[in-house]
Amino acid sequence: MSSLKVPVTSADHSEGPENAPLTLVEYGDYQCPGCGQANPIVKQIQKHFGKRLRFVFRNFPLNESHPEAESAAETAEFAGARGKFWQMHDALYENQDRLGVELYGTLAKKLGLSQPDLEASLEAGTRSERVRADFSGGVRGGVNAHRRSTSMEYGMTRLSISRRCRRRYNMPLKS
Amino acid sequence: MNTHDTSSIKGVLAAGTVAQDFTLHVTPDQTLSLGELRGKPVILAFFPADWSPVCGDQMALYNEVLPEFQKFGAVLLGISVDGPWCHRAFTEARHLHFPLLADFEPKGSVSKQYGAYRDADGTSERALFVIGADGKIAWSYCSPVAVNPGADGILDALEKLSK
Repeated sequence: MSSLKVPVTSADHSEGPENAPLTLVEYGDYQCPGCGQANPIVKQIQKHFGKRLRFVFRNFPLNESHPEAESAAETAEFAGARGKFWQMHDALYENQDRLGVELYGTLAKKLGLSQPDLEASLEAGTRSERVRADFSGGVRGGVNAHRRSTSMEYGMTRLSISRRCRRRYNMPLKS
Repeated sequence: MNTHDTSSIKGVLAAGTVAQDFTLHVTPDQTLSLGELRGKPVILAFFPADWSPVCGDQMALYNEVLPEFQKFGAVLLGISVDGPWCHRAFTEARHLHFPLLADFEPKGSVSKQYGAYRDADGTSERALFVIGADGKIAWSYCSPVAVNPGADGILDALEKLSK
């Protein structure tokens, strides 16, 4: 089994209460079709578990297979440093067939972020260290590929989370 | 995930064993011998087939993790029974930055030496070996054929070797 090697901290991008009994961590790649398909499922899971679930996103770009994955991840991080991580995160997944500087600029503008600052950040790779750190932590935790998320179905994932919760916390959650 | 070592069950060569030398084609006109790499940690990644979905994912992952392996001075070699021309096409298509060795003729002979051959399928197992600079196997793991074993076990083994 894969295990989380890098504990979740306040430096992570997270949604939901810090003290939620459950934390779901996604290692994702904005250019990976499986991750893109999983995103609305994650939203359903979040809706179902509500305040009982904290969701954390970490970057796992496979740059050799997905040439835009790194720049997309850095764009999300750029937005994150300005309080707009999740808006950018969702917009990137929703437009994953159009990833590229043009899209990043358009999305930045929509979110009220400076397009030239974003371009300068991507050029200088100011967010690359953060992305790399996420990736390394994921590799050490046994993240192997994105394929598994293509088989991530809402019902199965919800059931699996509920079961774990019962076992671990002896806490029945409605499933 | 790889803390659970199934090498003894599956019969792949276990830690502590001397890694047997071999010479295989790395391109249609070049060969590589394990012995040439003595003095560096070597990762042998046996896999069933170029182009198969799980192998593709596994090799794509190792391609990304290559810099982490190189931090330990390690050399990664992929091995399957595919021929060198097939490896070349696969390498080019996936932009792989590490060599794939062809255990092609006699078919699977190196895989068999390492206990990593699937007789029923005529392919290599999905098996990993980390060999120390001293030429001894430091860690081995045989993954269920449909499961991508990731890179964490390799990195843990390399880290241990470096201490």
